Amino acid sequence: MRNIWTITKKELKTFLYSPIAYILTAFFLLVSGFFFYNILAWANDQTMRAMQSGYGMERLNINQMLFQPFFSNMTIILMFLLPMLTMRLFADEKKMRTEELLLTSPVRLSSIIIGKYLAALIIYALILLLTATYAVFVFVHGNPEALPLLVAYLGLFLLGAVFIAIGLFASALTENQVIAAVISFSAIMLIWVISWVGESGPGAWQGILTYLSFFSHFKNMASGVIDTQDIVYYLSFVFLGLYLTRSVFEFRKWR
Amino acid sequence: MIQVENLTKKFANVRAVDDISFRVEKGKIWGFLGPNGAGKTTTMRILTGYLPANEGRARINGIDVGGDPGAVRRMVGYLPEVVPVYSELTVKEFLRFVAELYGMERKKIRFAIDRVVEKTSLQDVYGRLIKNISRGYRQRLGIAQAIIHEPEVLILDEPTIGLDPAQIIEIREMIRSFKESATVILSSHILAEITQVCDGAVIIREGRLMATLTRDEWGRNLEIVTAAPVGDEVCSGLRQSFPAVSAAAAEGSVLKLEFRETLTDFNPVIGYLIQKDVRIREIKAGLEALYMKIILAETGRAS
Repeated sequence: MRNIWTITKKELKTFLYSPIAYILTAFFLLVSGFFFYNILAWANDQTMRAMQSGYGMERLNINQMLFQPFFSNMTIILMFLLPMLTMRLFADEKKMRTEELLLTSPVRLSSIIIGKYLAALIIYALILLLTATYAVFVFVHGNPEALPLLVAYLGLFLLGAVFIAIGLFASALTENQVIAAVISFSAIMLIWVISWVGESGPGAWQGILTYLSFFSHFKNMASGVIDTQDIVYYLSFVFLGLYLTRSVFEFRKWR
Repeated sequence: MIQVENLTKKFANVRAVDDISFRVEKGKIWGFLGPNGAGKTTTMRILTGYLPANEGRARINGIDVGGDPGAVRRMVGYLPEVVPVYSELTVKEFLRFVAELYGMERKKIRFAIDRVVEKTSLQDVYGRLIKNISRGYRQRLGIAQAIIHEPEVLILDEPTIGLDPAQIIEIREMIRSFKESATVILSSHILAEITQVCDGAVIIREGRLMATLTRDEWGRNLEIVTAAPVGDEVCSGLRQSFPAVSAAAAEGSVLKLEFRETLTDFNPVIGYLIQKDVRIREIKAGLEALYMKIILAETGRAS
């Protein structure tokens, strides 16, 4: 445990000493703020119309009108943002030749991988926490339901956790950060859209591909529905990412 | 103690290390000598557990490097060819990180850092970011990180590369002082460095072991290049005046001397030659002569 924390601490330091973390946070808040504002304006507009006309009042639900589209948009931002957060994790160690220090230390390979993964996850959680300010505004001026909102946040966090695991794996493949970012972005994108293929494919494939895609699992949680199946999906994806990262090192050793 | 038995490492079709065996006794400093690309770095990487060997085995204090990497890594301090430092950390932060990597107790870390900072004279840059320190300090920091956990075995890959002469002397002094507490292997392609620092040398070329030499062996050889061939009377004079000289013969303008015991000081012999009006062009201390003979003999055989 202490070994993992040693690695995590060092990673957090390098994140915070470099401008990347700040630039990414600013970028994320700017874009997500823009989306939030737009969706809020749209929801306000809809509410006003409903109140004036008197129709559809029963369908007005702030969680559904505001947060659901907002979280869908956030996933798109994450797809761009998280590869940039994870790209340097191993690629930079390789380029700067510091990898040799880590791999010849008594710390086990799995501890190094988990340590780095946790660091990226912590940074991501902090960024996500900052967006909670939007929700605070809504709570001050309205009365949304708290539980579905928390479930949606959990869903977003788990989705990001998967993206980070994919990014970590991509970073272990190369010593070039840009290539690492491109690989993880493409992988995330492909797994995302695999459900489209599923929808038009033959019967058996349809189920499998839809299950594999992030999309179907995120939809449930974004609307506040918690299902153990979705959580198992995310956690096994994270495990797979970390396991593949480990395999990259094992494979490289014997090449 | 370091034992290497029939070590072989293949990369694709190339045998980077080909059936190498040698052993270094506790408390000795041994040099790894060979041209660039001879397999020095690969052998060292196997010894530190960074790379696995395809055949053969390496043992550190009797423990197999492949068998129990964790235990071996705790005993070994390693300075890779490129000093592995994080430029965005300060010297202090970096040393603390390495100490934690090696699982040192929190209370001991502060003392350990103080000790290595003093040993490697890093006081002046202690609080600075690593990206802002000079090449010489960087190299010393590399050594500091290798010794912070008080390893029993030190593996230094080209520890003096890229340093100015004063810094080289400083680092060599430092390496010699490690002898008290550790067994050391260092690689170099500078012969003088090996002669001055090491108790023995392993000469490798294209992955193969060419020779294992000890200080005793190279301390008994001397080649002197002279302006004109040296007469027989000078050779016999040398043998008579110096009981340590076992053989003295001139081959053309090269005077070859062998000694019965290991000499640290060749000056009396040189003095004698000057007295006899021999004009000396170049003096090759033992290892240099042996190294050239070994490498040239091999090239001759190959062609």
